[in-house]
This record gives sequence, C-alpha cells and structure tokens, in this order.
Amino acid sequence: MLQLDLTVIWDDFRLTADWTASAGERIAIIGPSGAGKSTLLMAIAGFVPVQGHVRWNGTELPADPGKRAVTTLFQDQNLFPHLTVAQNLALGLSPDLRRSDGVDEALERVGLSGLGTRKPAQLSGGQQGRAALARALLRARPILLLDEPFAALGPALKQEMLDLVDQVAGDALVLMVTHDPADARRIAGRTVMLADGVAHPPMPTAALLDSPPPALRAYLGA
Amino acid sequence: MASRIVALIIAGLVFGPLALVALRAEGWGVDWPALRFTVTQAALSALLSAALAIPVARALARRRFRGRGALIALLGAPFLLPVIVAVLGLLAIFGRAGLLNRTLGTELSIYGLHGVVLAHVFFNMPLAVRLILQGWQGIPAERFRLAQSLGFSARDISRHLERPMLREVLPGALTVIFVICLASFAVALTLGGGPAATTVELAIYQALRFEFDLGRAASLSALQFAICAAAVLLASRVALPSGLGAGLDRQVAFGPAGWRRIADAAVMLAASLFVTLPLLMVAQRGLPGLASLPMAVWSAAGRSLAVALASTALTVAAALALALARRRWAELAATLPLAASSLVLGTGLFLAIHPFAAPERLALPVTMLVNATLALPFAYRILAPATARIEADYGRLADSLAMRGAARLRWLVLPRLAQPLGFAAGVSAALSMGDLGVIALFAGQGGATLPLMVQQLMGAYRMEQAGAAALLLVVLSFGLFWTFDAWGRRAAT
Repeated sequence: MLQLDLTVIWDDFRLTADWTASAGERIAIIGPSGAGKSTLLMAIAGFVPVQGHVRWNGTELPADPGKRAVTTLFQDQNLFPHLTVAQNLALGLSPDLRRSDGVDEALERVGLSGLGTRKPAQLSGGQQGRAALARALLRARPILLLDEPFAALGPALKQEMLDLVDQVAGDALVLMVTHDPADARRIAGRTVMLADGVAHPPMPTAALLDSPPPALRAYLGA
Repeated sequence: MASRIVALIIAGLVFGPLALVALRAEGWGVDWPALRFTVTQAALSALLSAALAIPVARALARRRFRGRGALIALLGAPFLLPVIVAVLGLLAIFGRAGLLNRTLGTELSIYGLHGVVLAHVFFNMPLAVRLILQGWQGIPAERFRLAQSLGFSARDISRHLERPMLREVLPGALTVIFVICLASFAVALTLGGGPAATTVELAIYQALRFEFDLGRAASLSALQFAICAAAVLLASRVALPSGLGAGLDRQVAFGPAGWRRIADAAVMLAASLFVTLPLLMVAQRGLPGLASLPMAVWSAAGRSLAVALASTALTVAAALALALARRRWAELAATLPLAASSLVLGTGLFLAIHPFAAPERLALPVTMLVNATLALPFAYRILAPATARIEADYGRLADSLAMRGAARLRWLVLPRLAQPLGFAAGVSAALSMGDLGVIALFAGQGGATLPLMVQQLMGAYRMEQAGAAALLLVVLSFGLFWTFDAWGRRAAT
C-alpha cells in the first residue's frame, strides 16, 4: 500500500496530498495544467524534495530515485537513443548491462519481438512506448508512474497503449497523470482530482466525472 | 571525488610553480621596456585583428554561397596551427627574400613590432571573425525582416541592428585576443628580439637560457603572472564569447546588392588568401626537402607525438572529470591555467627540479604536463556544455534506473559525449603537438621536439630543412586533430 502524507513547497507553489492507494489499483490524476500533476508524480519518484512522508507498506521510500520501489515513464526521453532497444530493456535488470535474461520474453509480451537490435530512432512512437513498458516489466517494481508518456500518440493508439499498461502492470499500483477524462475512464477505477494546491483523495472515476465538483467542472468545461 | 582530486592537482600545478617563482624572485623591480612592449603589441594585435575581422564577419553573415561552410572551417585552422609553421609561412611572404619584397623590388623587414603584430593578426583575425560572426547570427532573423519591411537601407541596418550588436560583442573579442597575445613567446622569439621587441615571456627565456640568472627569471615570471592575472580579472568583468563549435548556419538574408556585393566578395577573398597563402608557401617550400630530412628531425617528430598523445590523455581525462562535477569550483579549477603561462610554469618547474636533477633529463615529462595544463581550459569549455545537456536530457531517466558511477559513465556519458570528446582531444593534441614554449627552456642536446627543431634549423639558416620539418609538423598537427575529431564523429553515430 502506498501511503502519502506530503507537502511540496516551491517558492509560492504549494501542493499537499494525504491519502493511500493499494497494490493492483489503477489511479488517474487529473486537473488543470500547472496545478502540479507532474510534480506530485516526481515527488513520489524521488525527484522533488518533500516535507512529510512517502511510504510503501509502512516503510519510507529511500532518497535515491533509483532505489525506490518505483518505475517512472516520463513525458519523453524514456529510451537512450545511443543504445539498442534490447540494451534499453536490460537497463531494467541491472544498470551496468551485465544481465539480459528475460529481455526477449519482455519484448514479446509488448509485441516487439525481433526488434531488440534496433535503435529507438528506428521505432515508431507507439513502439517506443511499448519498449519503455517492456522495461517496466523487467524492473518489476510495485509502483508504476506514468507522466503522460503517450500524450503525443493518436487517440486509438493511446487507448491501445493504456490497455497494454493495464495488462503489463498486473499487481502493481499504477498512478497516471492525464489531461483527458477518456484516459481515466478507460483504465482507472479511481481518480485523484488535483486543484488549488491539493491532490484530493482518489474517488471512483465514473462518479467523479459524471458529477464533477466545481473546480473540476471548470477544467472539463462540462 | 575524482574531480576534487583533479581540481587539487591543477591548483597545485599552477600555484606550486608560482610559489617557487615568488620565493626565488630577486627584487620586485619591473622590467619596464619588456612590460611596455608586451602590452603595446597585445593591444595593437587585438585592435587590428578585430578591425579587420568586422568586414569579413559581415560579409560571411549576409552572403550565402558555395564553400561558405568550408571558409568558416578554414578560419578555425590558425587556432590549431603550430606558431612556428605560421612564422615560416609569413617569412616566405613578408620576409626579406619573401614574395612581397621580390614582387615589389623592396627591402622591407618583418622583424620588430610590426612583424610580431602581423603574426598575431594572422592567428587572431580568424578567431575574431568567428566570434563576431556569432554576434551577427545572434541577431534574430525577425529583426532583419522587420527592418526590410520598414524599408531600411544598409546604413539604417548598420545603425539600428549591427552597431548595437558590435558594441556588445567587440569588448569580449578584444579581451580574448589581448589576453592570448600577452603570453606570446614563440612569435616574439622568432620575429621580435632585441631590447625594442622583447615580451616578458621572451625575457624569461633569455634570462634562464642565456644568462642562467635564476633570480631574474623568477622576477620576470612573477611580473608575467601579474600581467596574466590582471588580464584574466579584466576578462572576467567582460562577457566572454566562446568561439569553439556552435552552429553557424542560421539564415539571415539581408545582403544588399550593388557595389557592396563586390566589396564583400573582395573582403572574403583577401581574408582567405591571408590565411591560406602562408600555409601554401610552407607546403611548396617544404615538399622538396621532405624525403631527405635528417634522422634527427624524425626522432624529434616521434618525441612530439609521444608528448602530444600523453598530454591529450591527461587533458581530456581532467576536463571530463571537472565537467562531470558540474560545480562552480570545478569551473574555477578549469579556468585557473589561463592565468599561468607556459614560461612561468616552466620557470617554476625548472626551479623545482634544478636542485635535484638536470632539467634537460625531464624536458619531455615537464613539457607534457605543462601542455596538458594549458590545454585544459579549452577542453573543459568544449565538454562542459555537452555534459550539462546530457544531464538535462537523460539525468532523470538514468537516476530512475539507478545508473551511477562507472555504469553511468560507460552507458550514458561516454557514448553521448563521443563527438565533443573527439573534438576536445583533437584540439588538445594539435595544441600540444605545435607548442613551442616550455620545451625551449628545458631541452638539451638531442632532446628537441619538432617545433623546437624547426626553430633551431631556422636559427641555423638551414631554411630548406626548416621548411620540410615545418611541413611535417603541420601535417602531424592537423592529422592528429583530424584523427581524433573523425573518431569522435564516427563513435557518435
């Protein structure tokens, strides 16, 4: 279980979150741009200093982002362009590329069989997203953070990728930032609304989106 | 950790010799004639280089033609050209029996202040062109479009766009060239000399080498350090441009037609002749003697290559360690050698070694160390922006994958840094290969490097052999640069 009890302060920017989420859940984070959706994710990933606690099953997450029980898919730059796809995946096993067991299976599970020797630039946008997901599979961390990694893809392709996330994540907790309510409805059982410096506790997605509170309604334009 | 050690070593290498120099200095009297000449020639060189560079930079900025990129690349060549080779080339044109005197039937002499300034302009005018060209290309294209839509004439453009830009860019360019020329040794050694044309660096050499007056050499070194330190302080108050690398291809279409078109072409032709002609003369005069070079020249070439490769390895490793530290103190350590000069470091090391061993036995290691130290600021300036970009683009991803230490270096930094690394190594190798500074202080019989060998052959009036050795030197220098640079480019793809 992920237990958040944190405040991020940056000059006059302030963001608080005080709630929990369980393993295996799919949770969307929605809210106006600039509200701090990415900041919340980066705080959990360990890139933004916080006051308070970020705990997994009662234990504080370590300061080093690489040692956290977390895999992050960033908005872009998820693959190293100078390494092959297989090498990019193997970084999920060991940072010094000494292991490569399971890389082929991971590629197969995301539908990239036989593309391991290519460089990322030789893949399409969707394939690059699949490769990043395959590495998440190899890392096998209990929390998967998605900072809109598929925002540049078309609607159909994005839905396909979200389904793949759902399938690949398995028992892991997924937290995904999105600005599109359709993404939340697609895979997220609960949704966090982020507005006015507060990341509100997750609510059932359908109920929240069908009768949104005023702050969310202004954003959705509904 | 490694970068801290590197920073400490560099501080030791710069301040250690300085401390020895200060201890041994006999009195703090100033050698006024040498000081006056040093400052005068540096100021004249800076002013002339910049003044001549402005029309060339403007022509390059506002014209598009085939070979423009090659011309800009050519203007980068003098920076890597061994000083002694350039001097030989300039002698072939402007010397007593040179092209100019033979064509005009005159007997003009190149020796003295004007010869020293001419050589400095040869080296620094191209550098000034590149610096000023960056200023021109820094003017947004929209500004020029606006000027055109308002019906500006060439004079209006000059007044409202170009002169304000020049007022910002010129102080930096002038300062850079002034600082470079303050530590001039090889040019003064070959084209200056005598009481009227001796720089402080040359005076140090003469005191140590001919008078063996260690105290006087130390006093002069202290003076030279004071000059360099003052110049670096001056430079730190001026916004310095960086003339290395940088894309030079943005479109600015504002070339006025008519006579200005012809003037621009003439200016660019003159500049390219000024840069290439001395080199062509060296090639033409050196080629016949190349096959019959004495063995001593070849072994000098071997020594130079060994020194260049070793100092390149040291420079690049140190620059990389400091660039990766990405701290203010690392940048400071990398800039420190700018305040030291070849002969000042050499004198300090001479004082350190002299009581224990014959300095000529350590000539090559000392030269290697000094070359490595003096090339560091350039290598650092090439690597630092690239490492910062790697961190900005991939730092978080690498952190999130726990890539640290050796794994990060091997799988992220080195592959992505290959191109600037190759460029930095090429610059360091060429600078070291062509260096004629500290080796002149230390070398004994039969221990000369190739640049020193060329200078000795010139001094003995064996001009054909000097020409051939100079040709060999320039081929090796540019060959080293090209090899490293091409390796970096290949590894980067």
